[in-house]
Amino acid sequence: MSHTQYEAVIGLEVHAQLATKTKMFCGCSTSYGAAPNTQICPVCLGLPGALPVPNRQAIALAVRAGLSLGCTLRKSSRFARKNYYYPDLSKGYQISQFDLPLNEKGSLEITTSAGTKRVNLTRIHVEEDAAKNLHGVGAGTDTLVDFNRAGTPLIEIVGEPELRSAEEAEAYLKALRDILMFAGVNDGNLEEGSFRCDANVSIRPVGQEKFGTRCELKNINSFKFVRKAIDYEIARQEAIVSSGGTIFQETRTWSSTQEKTLSLRSKEEAQDYRYFADPDLPPLVVDDAWLAEIRTTVPEPIAARRERWQRELGLTAYDAQVLSAHPRIAEYFEAATSSLETQRAGKLAKDNLAKAGAGKRVANFMQAEALRVVTTNGLEASFPCSAERLAGLLALVEDETINGKIAKDVFADMIATGKAPADIVSSKGLAQVKDTSAIEGTVREVIAKHPKELASFKAGKTNLKGFFVGRVMGALKGANPALVNEVLDRVLAEP
Amino acid sequence: MSDALHTQSAHALRERVAKGETSAVEIARAALDTIHTRDAAVGAFLHVDGEGALAQAAQVDRARAAGEALGPLAGVPIAMKDNLCVRGIPATCASKILEGWIAPYDATVVERLRAAGAVIVGKTNMDEFAMGSSNETSAYKLVHNPWDLSRAPGGSSGGSAASVAAGMAPLSLGSDTGGSVRQPAAFCGLVALKPTYGRVSRYGLIAFASSLDQIGPFARDVRDCAIVSEVISGRDPRDATSVDTVETLAGTYTRELERDVKGLRVGVVRASLAEGCEPGVVLAIERSIDTLRSLGCEIVDVTLPTAEHAVSAYYIVAPAECSSNLARFDGMRFGPRVESASLEETYGKTRALFGKEVRRRIMLGTYVLSAGYYDAFYAQAQKARTLISRDYAAAFERCDVVLTPTAPSVAFGLGAKTKNPLEMYLADIFTLPPSLAGLPAISVPCGLSEGLPVGLQLTAKAFDEATLFRVASAFERATDHHTHRASMFAAGGAA
Repeated sequence: MSHTQYEAVIGLEVHAQLATKTKMFCGCSTSYGAAPNTQICPVCLGLPGALPVPNRQAIALAVRAGLSLGCTLRKSSRFARKNYYYPDLSKGYQISQFDLPLNEKGSLEITTSAGTKRVNLTRIHVEEDAAKNLHGVGAGTDTLVDFNRAGTPLIEIVGEPELRSAEEAEAYLKALRDILMFAGVNDGNLEEGSFRCDANVSIRPVGQEKFGTRCELKNINSFKFVRKAIDYEIARQEAIVSSGGTIFQETRTWSSTQEKTLSLRSKEEAQDYRYFADPDLPPLVVDDAWLAEIRTTVPEPIAARRERWQRELGLTAYDAQVLSAHPRIAEYFEAATSSLETQRAGKLAKDNLAKAGAGKRVANFMQAEALRVVTTNGLEASFPCSAERLAGLLALVEDETINGKIAKDVFADMIATGKAPADIVSSKGLAQVKDTSAIEGTVREVIAKHPKELASFKAGKTNLKGFFVGRVMGALKGANPALVNEVLDRVLAEP
Repeated sequence: MSDALHTQSAHALRERVAKGETSAVEIARAALDTIHTRDAAVGAFLHVDGEGALAQAAQVDRARAAGEALGPLAGVPIAMKDNLCVRGIPATCASKILEGWIAPYDATVVERLRAAGAVIVGKTNMDEFAMGSSNETSAYKLVHNPWDLSRAPGGSSGGSAASVAAGMAPLSLGSDTGGSVRQPAAFCGLVALKPTYGRVSRYGLIAFASSLDQIGPFARDVRDCAIVSEVISGRDPRDATSVDTVETLAGTYTRELERDVKGLRVGVVRASLAEGCEPGVVLAIERSIDTLRSLGCEIVDVTLPTAEHAVSAYYIVAPAECSSNLARFDGMRFGPRVESASLEETYGKTRALFGKEVRRRIMLGTYVLSAGYYDAFYAQAQKARTLISRDYAAAFERCDVVLTPTAPSVAFGLGAKTKNPLEMYLADIFTLPPSLAGLPAISVPCGLSEGLPVGLQLTAKAFDEATLFRVASAFERATDHHTHRASMFAAGGAA
């Protein structure tokens, strides 16, 4: 009997929190970590008589997400109610979108060990988040509800079932997170739950077109878990099918402690959500003027930016990847590069490589020194100094006021004291001597003081040159080593 | 006796306050005294806010003493249906499920009334969650029609109507989903307006059927109805279905009151007088048509062919929306909770606090929204709504207002229709079509039959309330129907 080969079919549903200051349908703050039930009002608590009013900024961000992922925008979409009971659902229904979502289609490119692949999206719709149940708090077995999260604006990005491995699923999530973060739509914070994923996983014999029965995996909220949970689930389903069993449609959850997926509920227990258009909310219309306004806020896609850096600034693919780890870092890199270009304008204008050189110089320095001291939090990042100051430091290296080694010390000083690089260089006397005549004077003094060494050198002990270089550099307390070498060579060559 | 404060119109009381003839506190006391002596027999109030009323009245008096400009309802007592949120006092919707709940915020209409100087005297009885046409579904007590205490006041805003008809307040607010201000106005001999959908903010109105609900006032004459309508109407950013472009309609209704109606085209729906109507109602309507003709109106026949589906469509749409709107009454965040062993059981037992009619409609609505039934019921009902709107559009090409009876009968006896829900539903046969089409409609007294008031319903194009007030006022000036009062009105009381 031949051994059947199976392939996995995976489709992901991602809930991404929109990076707004206030909630989807009221003015309450969305900030994370506040004391329970301090960011609530009649609307997000679902009190009798309260009504939702859409947050324009949330809609704009959802449109921006669609534009960044190549979706087709529906100019008149609808909010719909998804009805079910749960204590964390304040109104007894969630306001979502159903038959007329804001964005449809779209795609994104993923890169895995097998190469690149384009994955299609089904839709991106807008909805509100539920509150958070806190189990086992208070008097032992109580469940309390924190409504701070209730009504937080979300988009749900539904991908087509075109992924074939856990590796692809992970790559998809990372690419999606990157795109949303760089579009300023989502802060990419998996720990705080602002980027969450459910996965639909099924298997089928290789070559078969028909999908197998799928299981939905919930609670896979880290890239590591996604990979483990999907790998586990594929193996579980293969084991069942190859031993003649049947897969039942169900919802499963990933247990990170047991490292396996566990059944939550079967299809028979699935709810009938009784979707219908929310009568409290008129059609969501994005007219041409608003769309044009939103379009102007869409940043250059991160993939395009990486390509441009390699093409125009001479960065390697690796450099580009590292410097685009976070949107603020990418912005900082670009600002520092453009500042360095401005600061040295005129000085190196004739140099055709100048432009490429600036980017590469900034890239190298950031990777070697600056990124170590950058901290990120959501869409925010804090840098030890402004991009302009960093460029100022590198400009001092470029015009040979200091060398690269001294630059590292100056940078450490900048971080510690907050002073400008030029001030540090001048107050500590770190500038290199660039005056050839001054160097020549010192060279001649040093040679005059060491006649024996000169004689040995002339007799063929050429490695004594290092001795002279060291003495000259020591005497000059900071000089351009290349210049010193050049002058020394000339003087030593004198008869 | 005729000069007793409780018999005065709102505009007369405001005039007295403005002139300093009577203080707002005196007026409030008179209203509270009248409620005190009469409401035991009528049952119009679920909560009387004596303290709050006197405080508001005192504030009006202070404002007057300080020479501040007085609002259009300065010192005028007003009663609020118990599904409107008034900060700090109960809002029960006449349901056990909200027993003891104190509204923590003011509805937009309440804010507007306060700003206009109105004095809120209390909360009025109603059909539970506004579901009913006789006020008999109240979980607390019956409302007796002041014209004949053995009869129903109509519903669902029966308490609001009875309070004004009995002289306990010159004004009240109700809510109208399928006729809930117009039908009780007809039964109690009052003027009431159901505004265009979107004209009056629903923020703070505890929802029954969101796509139909509108807040509307009761008054004893057209001028009072126009004044309070102006106060509560206008754009509200807290209600996304508030479609007015202007924030206030001050003056736009009252300026129509003195105009004549020569050449105005009144469309009569003959079919509405043919079947199911009591002869006394038909007679009063025929006489009203003659009156309007004598005033120079052009009487034309119009038809509303799909209006016959209004009852079916309404009893799909309204229950569907209510099944979702009432989901929030789950005992988790407010109101009583019947604690049980499991969450499911707690939900079930808590929600069993709903009365029979409410449960009937929740079940009906849940059913029509269920998978597999949605298209057959809900989608069809929405189509019927569209067709009814088209009927009106066609009618309004031939006329300026459409005339029908408000109700097919005069006030029926308490208990007469409680056994047969379908018969009860037919009480709204003429008020449902304008509701489904979102159109403004006014009910005005047009005579007596068997000593009980008959109501005339006029319907206009969307946002053309001005024409309704124009016709209603001209009709009122030409007749004395509005001067007829329930026998208990002037007698005794607090004067």
